[in-house]
Amino acid sequence: MTGNAEYFDEMHEADGGIRSPYTGYHEWFDGQDNALLRRKHSEAETNFRKTGITFNVYGEDEAEERLIPFDMVPRVIGAGEWRKLTRGIEQRVSALNAFMHDLYHRQEIIRAGRIPERLFRDNAAWLPHMVGFTPPGGVYTHIVGIDLVRTGADEFFVLEDNARTPSGVSYMLENRETMMAMFPELFMRMPIESVSDYPRRLAKSLAACAPDCTEGKPVVAVLTPGIYNSAYFEHAFLADQMGAELVEGSDLRVVDGRVAMRTTSGYKAVDVIYRRVDDDFLDPLSFNEDSVLGVPGMMDVYRSGGITIANAPGTGVCDDKAIYSFMPEIVEFYTGEKPLLPNVETHRCADEESLKYTLDNLQDLVVKEVHGSGGYGMLIGPTASRKEIEEFRRKLVARPENYIAQPTLSLSTCPIFTKKGLAPRHVDLRPFVLVSPDKVDITPGGLTRVAMKKGSLVVNSSQGGGTKDTWVLKD
Amino acid sequence: MLGRTANGLFWMFRYLERAENTARLLDAGLRMALTRDLVTAEEEWRSVIATAGQREGYEAKHASYTGMQAWNYVLREKENPASILSMFGQVRQNARLVRNAISGELWEAINENWLEMKDQLSRPVPENRVLDTVATIRRAGTLAHGAMAGSMLRDEGYHFAGAGTFIERADSIARILDIKYYLLLPSLSYVGSSLDTGQWDQVLRSVSGDRAYRWLNAGQIDAKGICEFLILDDGFPRSLAFCHSALRANLAALARLHGSEGESNALMRAADTRMADLNIDTVFDQGLHEFLIDFTRSNAAIGRAIAQDYRFLA
Repeated sequence: MTGNAEYFDEMHEADGGIRSPYTGYHEWFDGQDNALLRRKHSEAETNFRKTGITFNVYGEDEAEERLIPFDMVPRVIGAGEWRKLTRGIEQRVSALNAFMHDLYHRQEIIRAGRIPERLFRDNAAWLPHMVGFTPPGGVYTHIVGIDLVRTGADEFFVLEDNARTPSGVSYMLENRETMMAMFPELFMRMPIESVSDYPRRLAKSLAACAPDCTEGKPVVAVLTPGIYNSAYFEHAFLADQMGAELVEGSDLRVVDGRVAMRTTSGYKAVDVIYRRVDDDFLDPLSFNEDSVLGVPGMMDVYRSGGITIANAPGTGVCDDKAIYSFMPEIVEFYTGEKPLLPNVETHRCADEESLKYTLDNLQDLVVKEVHGSGGYGMLIGPTASRKEIEEFRRKLVARPENYIAQPTLSLSTCPIFTKKGLAPRHVDLRPFVLVSPDKVDITPGGLTRVAMKKGSLVVNSSQGGGTKDTWVLKD
Repeated sequence: MLGRTANGLFWMFRYLERAENTARLLDAGLRMALTRDLVTAEEEWRSVIATAGQREGYEAKHASYTGMQAWNYVLREKENPASILSMFGQVRQNARLVRNAISGELWEAINENWLEMKDQLSRPVPENRVLDTVATIRRAGTLAHGAMAGSMLRDEGYHFAGAGTFIERADSIARILDIKYYLLLPSLSYVGSSLDTGQWDQVLRSVSGDRAYRWLNAGQIDAKGICEFLILDDGFPRSLAFCHSALRANLAALARLHGSEGESNALMRAADTRMADLNIDTVFDQGLHEFLIDFTRSNAAIGRAIAQDYRFLA
């Protein structure tokens, strides 16, 4: 197999040579028996089923729990490449955190005219409840997933910032466990950074953000919407790995000014809530009054310093794609440095000129809703039918401020294992970043999502994407 | 531990026990059916369904008793909430709910067996597969209990699981005894006829006690001996006395871990007093049926008190 000039192949060079991070793996792969690898491949799926690493699909009775396809060829990142990435991620995440603080306090960035006020005023994720309040330790975005795409040897771009409730970290951990069980010899011969202490780092990072009223060792709990949520497995997994309780809204209530959970020996105060529910479902008194998932009065406790909520309510603003388009300005404003990791070129359809450009070039662009996520509500021009394009054109004209447009990126490819051997598929990368008052901690690895269909650029699991183990090599 | 988690563990093990006990009943029924003529076999299946407490549902669905209909109803009927498939679904659902309170080994034991069971029960089970299927179900229980014994922390969760197991087991044994007493033995004068020996043998098989009983009694079989064995022999893990002692130990451990006793401990002590002076003659003097009703009520009351004492529900 040789590289494809159109896309950057992370394993193969255009002339058929093997890029340096992959040489060790490739050498091993060449010596493997294909039939044996095929058997291992099907064993991997059985293993995922047995351990129950599934995600739930809404509205499908029979197939309530599904597996995300797993590919056993690792995605390998060299030590030097990773160092550069982490510097860029650290800078970006620090800026995001400073931006949140500013947005809920003096709004210097708006006064300075660097971003328009309407950006957050029109943003449903912006919470008036957070104005003038600083969360414990000054941390807003305790856990962040930065989605990166690659287009060349030295070209990485940030595609999305996930600061609301980024998911997928359990796949990073379980993919690694599966790979170690399948190919122990690879881990003996290659210097691969470990990811397995992520839960410990998460527990430590959350504990470091505990409120001042904490007595003794901070009590951490993971708040899940419940067993039918699509990411329930991950919630249970992380709670188990951290040694934290896994709570639902019905387990919690406000007792003596603290948020407390109903234990077998009475109500016990919780210091840090790692919530995996959206802001709307945190507190029916402050937000969605129909919610049965939240804890009445939790926001009052929060504002009086009785609990840490991770991530802080109102951080969903960062996930907005209109905000995203201003990230270069935001990074520069708060760090005084040029962004180390560039954004993908983004046209804000709210601007007249950009809208015109977008409408004229729909067949070449990717158009996204500013509040959308998960690959829903977007148009991929090059693969869309004429009818789909015309439908989208109408939506765009009706509400231009609801959309951004980006060029169709030549996402890099990494080989996957198929019946016919290795075949290139497009990938992205979501490293997981932990923020505590004194540091930004990035686990060396992340979740590589891969479009399993030939030629497809959509890597989302909700749309048939799969995952790979991600190896960061040591020096 | 969260009250909701304690509740999940308690019910996870109750359902597991109930599924296992139902599988034992089926096993005994199958064995009887193999050794009888067709007419008696029909009676056997009627009795198995009745003992499993599924008569009403079954008769709403089927007009006759045949083996094939009976075991498929008990194993996999969608409309039957007490089918083994549905109960094991409850076991796994509760295991997911308490995933961070059970060991990975226990979770995998439950999950793997659920996947296998779902597959085996995805279509009607024919004659030549039914014994395998029942064996799979019993293996699932054995594996889960083994994983629990070998890997679970002896914290309160372990004792909630134990309490669920023994409350359910005692309830099931008492029900089998009661139903058999009335259905199969309207008068003690039948004792000794070959039919009744077979019926009593089936009772023993229903709780996997046939072998142990034979060893203890050198092949002699009679109603009183069996009742004594299943009610009072605390060396047999499926006797009322054994369940009672095991539950007492679980409740004592819970009180110790929590530093205080509750209503459940008080009820347990009262039940202790009643069990202490019991022998088989006093049981028969009181009336076996009356004794079993009392026992079942007390057993259920302890279960409710545990839920109260440990805040299972908000």
